[in-house]
Amino acid sequence: MKKTFKLIDLDCANCAAKMEDAIKKIDGVKSATVSFMTQKMTIEADDERFDEIVKLAVKACKKVEPDCEVVVK
Amino acid sequence: MSRKQKKNLVRIIVAAVIFAGGFFVPKTEETFSFLWFLRLGVFLAAYLTAGFDVLWKAVRNIAHGHVFDENFLMSLASIGAMIIGEYSEGTAVMIFYQTGELFQSIAVGKSRKSISDMVDLSPDYANVERNGEVFEVEPDEVAVGEIIVIKPGEKVPLDGVVVFGSSGLNTAALTGESALRDVTTGDEVLSGSVNTSGLLKIRTTSEFSNSTAAKILELVENSAENKAKTENFITRFARVYTPIVVIGAVLLGVVPPLFDGNWSEWIYRALTFLVVSCPCALVISVPLSFFGGIGGASRRGIMIKGANYLEELARARTFVFDKTGTLTKGSFEVATIVPEEISEEELLGMCAAAEKISNHPIAKSIVNAAEKRALKINAECAEEIAGYGVKAVISGREICVGNARFMEKIGVPVKNADTVGTVIFCACEGKYAGRIIVRDEPKENAAAALKKLSELGADRKIMLTGDRKNAAEAVAKTLGIDEVRAELLPDGKVAAVEEIYATKSPKTALCFVGDGMNDAPSLARADVGIAMGALGSDAAIEAADIVLMNDNIESVPLAVKIARKTHRIVTENIVFALAVKVAVLVLTAFGIGNMWAAVFADVGVSVIAIINAMRAMRTNKL
Repeated sequence: MKKTFKLIDLDCANCAAKMEDAIKKIDGVKSATVSFMTQKMTIEADDERFDEIVKLAVKACKKVEPDCEVVVK
Repeated sequence: MSRKQKKNLVRIIVAAVIFAGGFFVPKTEETFSFLWFLRLGVFLAAYLTAGFDVLWKAVRNIAHGHVFDENFLMSLASIGAMIIGEYSEGTAVMIFYQTGELFQSIAVGKSRKSISDMVDLSPDYANVERNGEVFEVEPDEVAVGEIIVIKPGEKVPLDGVVVFGSSGLNTAALTGESALRDVTTGDEVLSGSVNTSGLLKIRTTSEFSNSTAAKILELVENSAENKAKTENFITRFARVYTPIVVIGAVLLGVVPPLFDGNWSEWIYRALTFLVVSCPCALVISVPLSFFGGIGGASRRGIMIKGANYLEELARARTFVFDKTGTLTKGSFEVATIVPEEISEEELLGMCAAAEKISNHPIAKSIVNAAEKRALKINAECAEEIAGYGVKAVISGREICVGNARFMEKIGVPVKNADTVGTVIFCACEGKYAGRIIVRDEPKENAAAALKKLSELGADRKIMLTGDRKNAAEAVAKTLGIDEVRAELLPDGKVAAVEEIYATKSPKTALCFVGDGMNDAPSLARADVGIAMGALGSDAAIEAADIVLMNDNIESVPLAVKIARKTHRIVTENIVFALAVKVAVLVLTAFGIGNMWAAVFADVGVSVIAIINAMRAMRTNKL
């Protein structure tokens, strides 16, 4: 499954790159992009574990940039 | 400015005022005296006003194990400067750093907004008619088959068919060409175009998520996923750059003073290193430039699916074109009529009457030509002989119309000068009556577009076609094509692309241009696949890397120009940022640079790179 999330207050391009890196390292993630320009995060991961992976990804983002908020719909 | 940005601006101003006040407190050599405390206090107040959040983030990130975090490095550099007694410099570093960050955030926000405005096709609302009343609803609440009303000046929210009214539609946002398209009852309209004159009612044919506007929007937004090689390279580079500079700082602060004992001087230089260690200018300006290029291209009706394709297109030197529909109009037209002992009209009328029963595009073009001249085209009876032509009876005479093989079959000798195009022969009562030459005319601007490509350094321009060799070569010659692969079967095109691919230089890229009809494999095989006139064709949008919303072949050289410009800007930014940073590092190591120069190398360079990156958006004059 592939899903895109909005990011609020993603302030630095380097942080976006760091987030992307961190998400890619999560087990079960097939591909991930964090776009500083569009302020969006796209995650492609296994269907069964998707929600769990998203939670881990949000946590990883918070760790890099605590002020940045991921909108999980 | 967002609220957060405004708050930061106020903070920076307050900090700057306090900072200026600090200079009125005379410097004293007497440590721990009243004046000394006052001076420290004023600068400290300015420092904390400007940088408390940076300090806080630094602490928080260190707790998370991010040692090479920019907040941490900035804090370390400024605190270090304070400790060695450089109050004003330590404070200035923080104030300038914050000013730069604020500016960056405003500039990026602005360019992001102007880019998204550029591709602003998505309508805010739809006027839907239900039970005779009109409601304003969200576009995604409208079902397929409902009637929506579009007033003059409004955007068409959903694809549909006109059921009432007529108007001119401006499709500039879709195709990049501000041409009005007149529509009336029964015509199809695409979402994203703007109604300019009359009131229109349309029956929707798609849901919002499937509409043209939504699809284009999705295409541009998703383009951020396909990152350019340069961008990936820069992010990888940034990961090693910061640690290297930090290690350099540590060595600089510890090793030389062991020999000369001048600790404060060397530590000052080491702290300066830390200020330069942030790779922000690079990391920010590369994706910003690509995004700007993609946004600018979309305004010209060129949809690019990712920065990587923009990068490949900049390298493209080999251009492979599908002939029909790309270089030519894709519709046959009667070019010449050569009658034998009868009038032109008579010959055309006879052929058209016979060909009327056929659905072949060539037959249709002959019928069209006859209708244009208002000729009577009636046949008593007609019969299509597959692979040969048509046999008909007109005014009691037996007429045979078809290819050379047909004439051979019925034993009629023909005259045939070797001409370009497809030749249709006519025999009347077993006697040769003349020939009609039908051609797929090249687009008016195809030759000009190819010339522009040559000027851009395209060294091989190759045309693929199923036509006969001599006909294909003649077309190629008038267009300025370098090589021709003729007589290809539909599935032979990919093989041809494959073969060309093998012979090109690995440093350059191969670009395939087609109309998206049955050339999806070739579009996919090329480094960059460009589909033309793809508005409304899902298959082409799916298969191509770059989609031209209009049917204008000159968009191809334009796309190349945009790609080159973007690429140039990216290179400029990388070279400039690295050069300044390295220069400041070297000067600092030798004691010539200072913290002010370092702040410029960090923040100033970012700002300049951002401003430069925003140039990529401007594509109007290309």
